[in-house]
Amino acid sequence: MKSNQDTPLLLRKHRTEEWIGRGYTTICVLFLIVIIVSIVYFVATKGISTFAIDAVSLSDFLFGTTWSPDDNQFGALPFIYGSFLTSLLAALIASPLSVCAALFMTEIVPSWGKKILQPVIELLAGIPSVVYGFIGLSILVPFMRDTFPGQGIGVAAGAIVLSIMILPTITSIATDALGALPRNLKEASYGLGATRWQTIYGVIIPTVLPSILTGVVLGMARAFGEALAVQMVIGNAPHIPTSLFESASTLTSVITLNMSNTVMGSVQNNALWSMAMILMLMTFVFVFVVRLLERRHKI
Amino acid sequence: MKPKAADKLATGIIVFFALLIVAVLVGMLGFILFRGLSHISWDFLTSGPQTIREGGGIGPQLFNSLYLLILTMIITIPLGLGAGIYMAEYAKPNKLTDAIRLIVEVLSSFPSIVVGLFGLLVVVQYFDFGFSLFSGAVVLTIFNMPLMVRVTEQAFRSVPKEQKEAGLAMGLSKWKIITSILFPVALPIIVTGTILAAGRVFGEAAALLFTAGMTTPHINFSDWNPLHHNSPLNPFRPAETLAVHIWKVNSEGLAPDAVQIAAGASAVLVLLVLIFNLLARWLGRALYRKFTSIK
Repeated sequence: MKSNQDTPLLLRKHRTEEWIGRGYTTICVLFLIVIIVSIVYFVATKGISTFAIDAVSLSDFLFGTTWSPDDNQFGALPFIYGSFLTSLLAALIASPLSVCAALFMTEIVPSWGKKILQPVIELLAGIPSVVYGFIGLSILVPFMRDTFPGQGIGVAAGAIVLSIMILPTITSIATDALGALPRNLKEASYGLGATRWQTIYGVIIPTVLPSILTGVVLGMARAFGEALAVQMVIGNAPHIPTSLFESASTLTSVITLNMSNTVMGSVQNNALWSMAMILMLMTFVFVFVVRLLERRHKI
Repeated sequence: MKPKAADKLATGIIVFFALLIVAVLVGMLGFILFRGLSHISWDFLTSGPQTIREGGGIGPQLFNSLYLLILTMIITIPLGLGAGIYMAEYAKPNKLTDAIRLIVEVLSSFPSIVVGLFGLLVVVQYFDFGFSLFSGAVVLTIFNMPLMVRVTEQAFRSVPKEQKEAGLAMGLSKWKIITSILFPVALPIIVTGTILAAGRVFGEAAALLFTAGMTTPHINFSDWNPLHHNSPLNPFRPAETLAVHIWKVNSEGLAPDAVQIAAGASAVLVLLVLIFNLLARWLGRALYRKFTSIK
């Protein structure tokens, strides 16, 4: 039997361990909080200084169509437009393909479909973005040049490259949602004499639509922030494209190309930071929309 | 259209698109490996790059990528594990925990270029670490931490409750239970997640353009003292990684064989990613088997 004198010692050891553990893990979490606060703070102060210090008007920046730093014109609309256009187009191409892939794995041939497609989707997710850019540059661009008018590089090439990149995001979320569907829902539909397509179209898709939309929004978020792959195939012309086969720019491609060529603190540099701020704000919007969709899904 | 015919048509379309995705991947992988593997040789893997002449290699870039990976994981693993354990074991279900969860979600969806710019401003310029491996590793840590936190939290939550209760019954402190009972059980999932997070380091380029830099100074591979200026191990030297090199060669490469170099480097990169994925699965399964056989 233990003597009573040992207990305070054990207790003290117990408390020290507790203190170490709680302290260490709390510091790690505080680190996360410090990071997010400082990212938001630094990007925002740099981004706002374009308007606050350099006196570029906000509407000129958001709606101006001329990007000409030498003439003191900082219209970023072509880049904002390019970012939205390419990520919307990418989502438009990738969504139906992803839903088909998910249905293939869960409804059509669950036995071997998953064995084939699952590794394919994971591999697609693992391929680095610069490799996508390189493939786009060496296969897609020459193909577009030969088949369609224009140089090959441009909005269409950018959107196609992006659509392949976001395919895994949408597919994996759609597959999870389809897999979690209660069985009796489908069985009730089949019991009423519906065909498989009628069941998919009338019962399954409406039920999992919020989840699919979550996937689409996350995919768009990824497309919106993707930098190098797009920069390699989009052509980087600073104007609003009038056709899909014309070259354009996105916020990310402009930042990538110009950030290291401008002097810190110059108006042009600050304007690039303002674009980074737009990217950051869009991330908040995407996360917000995803949360809304998830909440709707729960009810 | 009759329902039966519509069903057949829809099935056909779905199968067609699914197979199209497989075909796209097979085509891309085939293209990369077919074009790239013929260019890969021992000389290509070890020699330095050429700016204008033909015959440049990727030796320093390959080394930088691997070394940056190690540096990043040295910073990421303790921080990510700690934060993940906090979320799984210490966090109470309240507003603060919800806020931290939101932070993790936002951090993981930040575009890498924004994180890279933050690194440029704060780590490279404000703290004056310059374009260096260390700056790159810090930024990649920000990038990988959300993933590590999520994986760790999931792994700890998946441990059966009885294990924890048994520890409590023995009068152990919570931290002792976490480190000696829960952690070994959660390890297989954590290892798999860590390797998958590590794999992303190879492919990341946008964030590294602004932090690790686009150049590599002359490095002397016979000098392994980390404090020396030309040593490959010096963490405060600029370093161009493989992914950054591919981007640079494609956008501003002047060498006549730039396309082949990009193809070869892409093939190496894809192979590395493949190896990492297979390793993650194999190790996870092996550790899991070892753990369950003890039971």
